Amino acid sequence: MNHWIIAPVLLPALVAGLLMLGGSAFSLRVQRAVGLLASAALLAVAVVLLDQSASGVQQVYALGNWRPPFGIVVVLDRLSAVMVLLAATLGLCALIAVAAGGADTQGRFFHPLFQFQLMGLNGAFLTGDLFNLFVFFEVLLIASYCLLLTGNTPSRLRAGLHYVVVNLVGSALFLIAVGLLYAITGTLNLADLALKVPQLPPQDRLPVESAALLLLTVFGLKAALFPLFLWLPPAYSAASAPVAALFAIMTKVGIYSILRVFVTVFGPAAGEAAPLLASWIVPTGLLTVAWGALGALASRRLGTLAAHLTLLSAGTTLSVAALATEPAVSASLYYLVQSTLATALLFLVCGTIAQRRGALADSLRHAGAAQPLVVGALFLLTAMTIVGIPPLSGFIGKLMLLQASFPAGQAVAIWAVLLGSSFLALVALMRAGMTLIWAARRGAASPAGVGEMTAPVLLVLGILALSVAAGPVKRFMDATAAQLGDVQAYAGTVLAAPGRR
Amino acid sequence: MELLIATGIGVLTAAGVYLLLRERTFSVLLGLTLLSYAVNLFVFASGRLTVGAAPRIQPGIEQYADPLAQALVLTAIVISFAMTAFVVVLAIVAHGRLGDDRANPSAEEDI
Repeated sequence: MNHWIIAPVLLPALVAGLLMLGGSAFSLRVQRAVGLLASAALLAVAVVLLDQSASGVQQVYALGNWRPPFGIVVVLDRLSAVMVLLAATLGLCALIAVAAGGADTQGRFFHPLFQFQLMGLNGAFLTGDLFNLFVFFEVLLIASYCLLLTGNTPSRLRAGLHYVVVNLVGSALFLIAVGLLYAITGTLNLADLALKVPQLPPQDRLPVESAALLLLTVFGLKAALFPLFLWLPPAYSAASAPVAALFAIMTKVGIYSILRVFVTVFGPAAGEAAPLLASWIVPTGLLTVAWGALGALASRRLGTLAAHLTLLSAGTTLSVAALATEPAVSASLYYLVQSTLATALLFLVCGTIAQRRGALADSLRHAGAAQPLVVGALFLLTAMTIVGIPPLSGFIGKLMLLQASFPAGQAVAIWAVLLGSSFLALVALMRAGMTLIWAARRGAASPAGVGEMTAPVLLVLGILALSVAAGPVKRFMDATAAQLGDVQAYAGTVLAAPGRR
Repeated sequence: MELLIATGIGVLTAAGVYLLLRERTFSVLLGLTLLSYAVNLFVFASGRLTVGAAPRIQPGIEQYADPLAQALVLTAIVISFAMTAFVVVLAIVAHGRLGDDRANPSAEEDI
C-alpha cells in the first residue's frame, strides 16, 4: 500500500504534537524553524503525490487496513492531489509571511494550530468517506477559529463569535444530512453511496434528496455562497494578513466538497434522486459574484475590499463548475487554483501596505505613508490577476470560464455577471491603488525588506508559472474533470481495495 | 416509540433554533447545546430503534444493535462537546473585552 497518501495528514499532525509537547521550551525562532521545515516537507510530499496521481488510476489507502465500505478510506486521485498541492503551497507562503511579519507573537500556540489547520485541509481533500469529511471539517474549522482569534482584539472577537456560531450550526446540519443518508442507504462511503443512490426505490428518494440539499447548504456555507456568505467579509478582514491568506483556501474546501459529493454521489448517474445542481448553484453563485463586486466598490477598508474579492472569486468558480460539463469543471478548476493564489497574494499585499501606514492601517479614505516600488508593483500584478487583465492567469482563467459556459442555457447571465463584476472589481482596485499608492507618492518610503517580500514574490512566481504553463495545466485539469466524472471507475477502484474485513 | 423519539428530537430542535436566534450569547450557547442533543439523537436513531438488541457478537443471536450508528454518535458527541467548551470560553472572553454579551454586536463601521 502506498503510504505516501496519508503523509499530508500525518506530517502536520505529528509536527503540531511535537510543537505542543515542547511548549515554552521551544523559543519562537525554533517553532518558526520547525513549522517552516514541516511546511516545506509537506510541499515536497504534495508534489510527489501529484506525480503519483498523474497515472490516472485512483489510489486507495484503507485506514487500519479495514476494507471499505465500512472501513474508512483515503483516496488519491487527480483532484485530491491538486487541492493538497494548493494547500501546501499556500501553507508555506502564509507561514513565511507569518515568520516575517510577526503574526505569531500574539498567541502561545500559533504554530501548532497552523499545522492542525493544514492537517484538516489535507484530510478533507483526501478522504473518501462522508463522516470522515465531517471530522476533518471540524478539525480545520476549530483551527481556523483559533487562528482567526489570535490576539483577542475586539474586532476579531466580534467577527470570530459570529463565524464560530454560524459554522457550528453548519456542523449540526451536516450531521443531520449524514444521519439521513446513513438511515436510508446504510453506508457513508462516497463510492458505495455512488453505487447505492441510483438504485433507491422511489419512496426513499425524498429523504435522500433532502440530505443532498442539506449537504449543499453546509458546503455552500463553507464556500460562501449566497445567502450564506455574510460571515466572510467581517471574518476575513479582521484576521491578520497571513492568516487571511491561508483562509483563501477555506472557501475552496466548500467548492471541492460540492464537486466531489455532487458529481460522485448525486451526479447525473443518480437519475431521479439527483437534485439539479445547476438550477440551485448557478443563480446563487452569480448573486454571490454580484454582491462581491458591489461590496468591493463600497469598501472603506482594504481588508474588506480583499474579502469581497474573495467572495467574487468563490462565486465565479462555483457558478461555472455547477454546469457540470467536463469543459466547465476543468475551466473552473484552473480558475480555482489561480484565484486562490491571487486572493492570498492580495491579502499579503494589503497587510504589507497597512503595516506601513501606522494608525491609518488599511483605511481607503486617506493617502497615508508612501509605499516602496516593489509593493506598488505587487499590487498592480495582483489587481491584474484578480480582474483578469492579460497576460496573467486571471485573464486565461476567465477566458476559459466564459468559453466553457457558452453552450449552456444560462450563458447569457453568466457572461453578463462575470464581465460586469470584473469591471466593477477593476474600478474598486484602481481606486484603492490610486489612493494608497499613487496619491501617497510624496516622501520617502521605508524600503521593503527581503523577509516581508518573500511570500508575496513566491505567490507571484506561482501565478506567472500558471500563466506561462497554462496549456499543460489545462490539459491536466481536463484529465482531472474526466476522472471526476467517471463515477463507475471511482467506485470500482475504491471498493476493490485490499484489506481485511 | 418512534413517535416519542421523533417528538423529542423535534422539540429539542425547535427550542435550540429559537434560542440560537436570541440576543444574548448565553441563550445562543444553550441553543447550540440543545441543537447538538437533537442532532446526536437523530444520528443515533438513523441506526434504527431496537429494544434489547445485543451489543456484542454472541453465538445464536440474530439481531444486534447497530454499532456504526453508535460510533458515529460518539464521535459527534465528543466533537460537539469540545466545540461547546470553546464557544463558552470565547463568549466569556468576548463579554469581558467588548463589555456586553450581545450575540450580534454591531461594529463601528459595517463595511
